[in-house]
Amino acid sequence: MIISGCLLALWIAPLAAIILCLLVRHPRACEAFNLAAAAIVLAAALPLPFLIADHELVFWDDYVLLDRTGAWVILCTATVYFLASIYAVGYMRLLREESRLYIFYALFAGFGLTTLIGPLMNSIGIYWIAIELTTLVSTFLVAFEHVAESMEAAWKYIMVVSAGISLALLGTILFYWGGSFVLGPTYKMTWAVLASAAPQINPILLLLAFLLVLVGYGTKVGLAPMHTWLPDAHSEAPAPVSAMLSGALLNTAMVGIVRFLAITRRTGIGELPQLVLVLFGTVSLLIGALFIIRQQGIKRLMAYSSVEHMGVVALGFGFGGPLGVAGALYHMLNHSLNKSLMFFGAGNVMRAYGTKEIDKIRGVGRYFTAQGNLWLAGAIAITGAPPFGLFLSEFTIMRAGLTPTFSWAVYVMAVLLIVIFIGFMNHFRVMYYQCEATEPPAPAKSSAWCVVPMWLALAPLLVLGLWWPGGIWHYLTAATQTLSPVSP
Amino acid sequence: MLIQHLGPLASSLFSLLAIVSLLLAFVMLGSRWLKNYLFAFAAESWAIAALSAAVGFYGGYPELYLIAILTLLFRGLLLPYLIWRIIRRLSVDREIHVILQPSTSLVVGAFFVMFALAISYRVASAFHLELTVAVLALTVLLSMKLIGFLMLAVRHEAISQILGLLVLENGIFLGSQILVPGMPLLIEMVILFDLLIIVACFGTLVGYLLTHVGSTSSLDLRRLVG
Repeated sequence: MIISGCLLALWIAPLAAIILCLLVRHPRACEAFNLAAAAIVLAAALPLPFLIADHELVFWDDYVLLDRTGAWVILCTATVYFLASIYAVGYMRLLREESRLYIFYALFAGFGLTTLIGPLMNSIGIYWIAIELTTLVSTFLVAFEHVAESMEAAWKYIMVVSAGISLALLGTILFYWGGSFVLGPTYKMTWAVLASAAPQINPILLLLAFLLVLVGYGTKVGLAPMHTWLPDAHSEAPAPVSAMLSGALLNTAMVGIVRFLAITRRTGIGELPQLVLVLFGTVSLLIGALFIIRQQGIKRLMAYSSVEHMGVVALGFGFGGPLGVAGALYHMLNHSLNKSLMFFGAGNVMRAYGTKEIDKIRGVGRYFTAQGNLWLAGAIAITGAPPFGLFLSEFTIMRAGLTPTFSWAVYVMAVLLIVIFIGFMNHFRVMYYQCEATEPPAPAKSSAWCVVPMWLALAPLLVLGLWWPGGIWHYLTAATQTLSPVSP
Repeated sequence: MLIQHLGPLASSLFSLLAIVSLLLAFVMLGSRWLKNYLFAFAAESWAIAALSAAVGFYGGYPELYLIAILTLLFRGLLLPYLIWRIIRRLSVDREIHVILQPSTSLVVGAFFVMFALAISYRVASAFHLELTVAVLALTVLLSMKLIGFLMLAVRHEAISQILGLLVLENGIFLGSQILVPGMPLLIEMVILFDLLIIVACFGTLVGYLLTHVGSTSSLDLRRLVG
């Protein structure tokens, strides 16, 4: 009863915010509506993992599925949505688009709503539609600034992702076709039904369908080499939207891959699906590393870091087992917090210096004491250094991979993470400590709205790095049972 | 399962409609006038609507009649009309800079069909369906998919790219009518509506591109690299 109330609150709050924004249209009021919706969403999402004790719950005529994975991803999404909504209040005022601000907040709440719907859908067809809807709403957020670059980014985004996601639809239909040999022509397309039928479906068809789904949703997750839309969209969108794209959207699409992977594990295909996911993860890390080293744009740097971290998450799920899945889910939360922090910092610096180019940003630590240090701490955290949460989750994922089949991937991952650490920190060294002959003019200060969410993101990140609560560990390893029934 | 016991008449009717759709995809691939793409796309959608109705008739799925009508209305009339409105706003009526000559792309498309046939045959023989219309349905599905991707890759006018995307979707829709006619009605309807929203979004974006970039060719979208 409480749970269905929470679920309703998750969806009704953003919906109400959309309607109110479109009706009232006053910029300050719209800020308040969106922020209130985000706070309600967070309040409703926080108890969900505690409330589902030991069992999956199915609601509303089997259309909604609340399992541990879903509740966890919803928690990540709600956190990012809340932080980004606080940040948006400060950041969007700088854009001087007061008359169009109500559209922004309506779209922003809509984007939050669609990312909150996807992970909880029990029907594989409706899940696909939810993912498609996230694209359509976020395209207009990417294009919000109405300059040539953001138009280009929006066009590439919708084109690449729609084409990619149509492959996922094809894979979904092939899965359904395979199931229809076992269950008859008409049946409910839920994850559980498909999983129960999977052992009797022909492995060739199942493998073909899984590969199509992996490439399709992989496009949305930003796994290389289907990541091409990601750096453009993340760098050209307003900073709060970038944080949502990176921290909320990518996880939402990852859920689909993980659930389909769980279905294939019940069958006799063996380790090939896992191997393909590990390969995609490794390539993403490689592409991320190469582009991070030579990056010139500050937000593109963060975007390639997202490609890298989605690669790490893919590796975790690919390795499988309790360690791999728990590490990957933990990494999702850490990455969501940390990447929000990084995009907030990047947005502040970008607005203060009036440029996106790393070469023109100097002396960040000198001009900004509090937020400069926060951003630097975030940079240390995002490269996987202790004492932050990402160190723990990356370490867990590496331990999970130390099996005869996948140990090569762990070694490659270790080398690439070191390369990324050096490349990433070098950019920060330049921005913080390199002196120039001609001092750039002192940048403008950021408002408190833009700094407070950075604190709110860093604090849990530090806590999660120093102390991995036993409850969370049990929760995440229990999620493994539904996601990988065959442990190695 | 429907495809395992089809009469010869139904079988040849399904085959005919599937092949007509594939041929129309080739018409789109071989032409460089935007109007021709549009007419071929509309005709393809009508063929698919007819296929839905035929599957509904022979397979005893009355709800497919509704799908057929909606396909005809949405894919056959409303979408072409929306795209026609977008074309009218543009100053271009054909692809100007051709990356791949239409004749060459036809040959590439033919190779794609062979590749799709090889895969379909292998998948269908795993189910002992190699003598049924399933092979053809899978072949048309996969080759329209590949042709759609080819169109996305070698065409750069915004309209051609939208139509390429719609060919991808048409292929899936066509295949699903024959392979999984019993798919829940709700999903098919929502996918149809979804398509309408996608095209509406593209329409808005094309307008933005015109105002803020001054061109609708993806060759001019090269600011963001690296």
